[in-house]
Amino acid sequence: MQTQDVTIKNRAGIHARPAALIVQTANEFECEIYLEKDNNSINAKSIMGIITLGAAYNSVVNVKTEGTDEEAALKAIVKLFENRFEED
Amino acid sequence: MTNMFTVLDLLDLDLKEHNELNLRCLCGRSGLANPIKEQDLNRPGLTLSGFFDGFQYNRIQVFGKGEAAYLKKLVAEGTLDSIKKFFEFKIPCCAFTTNLQPEKEFLDFAEEAGVPVLITDLNSSEFSRRLIRALNSIFADKKVVHATLVEVFGIGILLKGASGIGKSETALELIERGHRLIADDAVELSCVNGNLIIGRGVNDIAGHHMEIRGLGIINISHLFGVGAIRDSKQVQLVVELEEWDSNKVYDRLGSNETTIDYLGVGVPVVTMPIKPGRNIPIIIETAAMNERLKKLGYYSAREFNQNVLKWLEGQNARAAYYDKNNLK
Repeated sequence: MQTQDVTIKNRAGIHARPAALIVQTANEFECEIYLEKDNNSINAKSIMGIITLGAAYNSVVNVKTEGTDEEAALKAIVKLFENRFEED
Repeated sequence: MTNMFTVLDLLDLDLKEHNELNLRCLCGRSGLANPIKEQDLNRPGLTLSGFFDGFQYNRIQVFGKGEAAYLKKLVAEGTLDSIKKFFEFKIPCCAFTTNLQPEKEFLDFAEEAGVPVLITDLNSSEFSRRLIRALNSIFADKKVVHATLVEVFGIGILLKGASGIGKSETALELIERGHRLIADDAVELSCVNGNLIIGRGVNDIAGHHMEIRGLGIINISHLFGVGAIRDSKQVQLVVELEEWDSNKVYDRLGSNETTIDYLGVGVPVVTMPIKPGRNIPIIIETAAMNERLKKLGYYSAREFNQNVLKWLEGQNARAAYYDKNNLK
């Protein structure tokens, strides 16, 4: 299992477009990917789940991956956050 | 819980009809961020009379007619010591019922101590009942699961399964057939009374929206009308969708009940293999009706087997009778 904390750096937070981006990336991997915030853990392969996290600007989300390609998956998801989902 | 429940959250609770608390804040706004950590109430009558032993100060303090009348008397007599001492404790908030207006002196102390004073038009017993009900659901054990919750023929069914297996599509067809959606993709389960699991959407923003691959995000209540949605529902059956595995043995009789544990409560679960040509929504409808039959005390599989046993016994007796009388 791999895990890492990430901070939301784009102003708008995780709205529909970033959520779709996360889901798209997550679906490229075999392993289970979870995002956790305030004790809520949701599957990163579900758009509505990610949006319901209510991850606003500057909030911290824990990314957790578990499975065969967990390392690559974690790296790819974290990179999305670091690139601010290609926003502002 | 990392999320604290504060007095402001209490005022902001969106409860409806018979659950409404009708609270307003009179003073002590600086204390609106006070956390409420206890789910019980306290009637501070004894405390106001000067007896502070065992004072449950960390609970919401409810002032009814008795307490309010006593306050009035204290203020009239000018003996404010116990009120002063009362506010030396770290009280989350005070609530006056039946629209009883507290004395100005009392409000001054509250303002100074940073304790919000709330007022409601409900009477004490009704307010206590509603408040305890609300606090019970707020402090209940909670868990968010990746699943879809629908109500089919009055039975709350939680659809589970791996991403992309078709939970949302199944739910969509059930809605199309006149059933209701509670939440899609992320369902918050809470344990009420220690024996019921209630499911609802995680928050109102995503409530009753669905993501269908190829379509995007759709709004169920706008598309299908308010009749197609529901805010919360008890989870009475879990349907686990999975890809058909020819090596796995699926339940063919339905006579042994398996349950899945959520927050310490066992919920009946059925595993449903998916294969092209299997009409899952219709099978789920049937499962829901079967579940209702069980609630009425009729177990199809068990009853059927009992009939088979009876019949076999009859055949047996018949054969024995023929044998004995050489009637063959």
